[in-house]
Amino acid sequence: MATLASDFRLALRSFELSLALGVERTVALVGPSGAGKSSVLRVIAGLARPEAGRVDLDGEVWVDVERRTFRPPEQRRVGLVFQEYALFPHLSVRQNVAFGGKGRADELLERFGLSHLAAARPGNLSGGERQRVALARALARDPGVLLLDEPLAALDAHTKASVRVELEELLRGLDLPTLIVTHDYEDAVALADTVGVLVEGRLRQLGSPAELVARPDDPFVASFTGANLLRGHAERLEDGLTSIRLESGEVVYSTDLARGKVGVVVYPWDVVVGRVQVDGSAMNLLAGEIASVVQVGNRVRVRIGPLTAEVTAASAEKLELVRGGTAFVSFKATGTRLVPLS
Amino acid sequence: MRRTLLATVSFGAAAVALAFLALPVVAIFTRVPPGRLVRLLSKGVVTDALIVSVKTTLIAEALILLFGTPLAYLLATRRFPGRAVLVTLVELPLVLPPAVAGIGLFAAFGRSGLFGSTLNAFGLQLPFTQTAVVLAIALVASPLFVRTAIAAFEAVDPDLVAASRTLGAGPARTFFRVALPLAGGGLAAGAALAFARALGEFGATIMFAGSLQGVTQTLPLAIYQEFSLDFDSALAMGALLVVVSVALLLSLKLTLSWQPSRRTSVSLFARSS
Repeated sequence: MATLASDFRLALRSFELSLALGVERTVALVGPSGAGKSSVLRVIAGLARPEAGRVDLDGEVWVDVERRTFRPPEQRRVGLVFQEYALFPHLSVRQNVAFGGKGRADELLERFGLSHLAAARPGNLSGGERQRVALARALARDPGVLLLDEPLAALDAHTKASVRVELEELLRGLDLPTLIVTHDYEDAVALADTVGVLVEGRLRQLGSPAELVARPDDPFVASFTGANLLRGHAERLEDGLTSIRLESGEVVYSTDLARGKVGVVVYPWDVVVGRVQVDGSAMNLLAGEIASVVQVGNRVRVRIGPLTAEVTAASAEKLELVRGGTAFVSFKATGTRLVPLS
Repeated sequence: MRRTLLATVSFGAAAVALAFLALPVVAIFTRVPPGRLVRLLSKGVVTDALIVSVKTTLIAEALILLFGTPLAYLLATRRFPGRAVLVTLVELPLVLPPAVAGIGLFAAFGRSGLFGSTLNAFGLQLPFTQTAVVLAIALVASPLFVRTAIAAFEAVDPDLVAASRTLGAGPARTFFRVALPLAGGGLAAGAALAFARALGEFGATIMFAGSLQGVTQTLPLAIYQEFSLDFDSALAMGALLVVVSVALLLSLKLTLSWQPSRRTSVSLFARSS
């Protein structure tokens, strides 16, 4: 797979965006709004000129300020999906998709389940349909890199979950370097295998979702990347609970209702840590080796098996939590949330 | 008690205002029977003026669209120092007294004018020609188009323009396939307004082009001339211009209400419905 390499600086209104990032598979940049996330995409797409630095795709230079090279957007093999999708309102769905490349329009309409809407105007589509049109249109150009700006932000909560699953499946099958920017850490975790946290134009940390939760470099990353995500297969139980068989084979329970492949979201502060197995009201009890212990301010993040727990520094000391030891973690079924995954 | 008084006063004021606006138009059609109005239109001075008016207005309109559209697009999409000055310059003819526009044109393109002496060297003389009519009405009518066109282009979502570029369309293709169609409603509105203004131009034309029947005498100039010679012919031409104006206004309103979903439709007039 190709690699997009970018290393540039761009002055924004109140701070400078400075980013060095290589995108090989799927990378998500998360951060609060106004962190400069969209500007990253604009620089890569050629819609903004950086003051310094370069961007290239597998050695094909798109911008190199020092060498005075600048390819305009139309000469970059880039597929950019805008936050509000930016579909052309005066063109039909088919014309929108064919705008970037006529050859593949029909194939893409078919693949995205849009054939029956080919003649419709974007104004008459639902949020999910619009996103599919925007994706099909971006791919019709046969891009070398795919850029998604807040792909799920324009959708209502109800549609969002199902579109996220669709999008995840699609990205997995595309085999394109993809850069996603989002303010939602859960979306980032669901869609990307590498997540970077961008705050005021600087990349605070880059790593796998589990790394970020377990070993945040600073308190901001810690608070931002709050949640644990356990993957598993959900089944509905008769008493109204959902049981989830995790990939590790253990079973946990949730009061959320779901079926099939799900992610179990648990916040580290909802996880209770102990050195001995306690018989409490929490339905979920897991045991594991302590993989890491990281102090974040006055709290300590402890990675135990697949989960990260957050305890006070005093508790960590009292329980003698050190790397390599064994610990039990428990969390309540009511403290979990289930998100569908493909 | 107070409320009914207020309502009465409001209704009274509205009735006076409406009557004032309607009376001159009604009077044009009621003084002379309609059949006679139509017959008067075939009088030589009237047909001559009609031909001059149609010809010069269409040429001026074409020039305004041809030069005004790129100008409006640049002013709408580029940000540079001095832009506000340029926009003001474009808008100036709107507030400039037409007589001043006429004398200005004379000073610029007259025989000994700023640019006119150069033209003169090539044997070209503009004042009192049909070209002078075209220039006068183009100058006075252009801001109505350019101003509306700037607003229409500014209303095109910049994301759509950016999307077009990332989809492989260069600036020219982006202009013709995205910006122009999306601004179309606003451009048509501006064109109609400029057309109406051009058709009615009087002051600048009479200063710079004179009032020569069959050459530079447009309908408004002919009305002024016939006003003292044959009042009924003047009325007939007035009636004709009223009909054209009403038709323009109605088609404008229809065009604008016809595309309510277009985000770029510029609201110039209140909706009729």
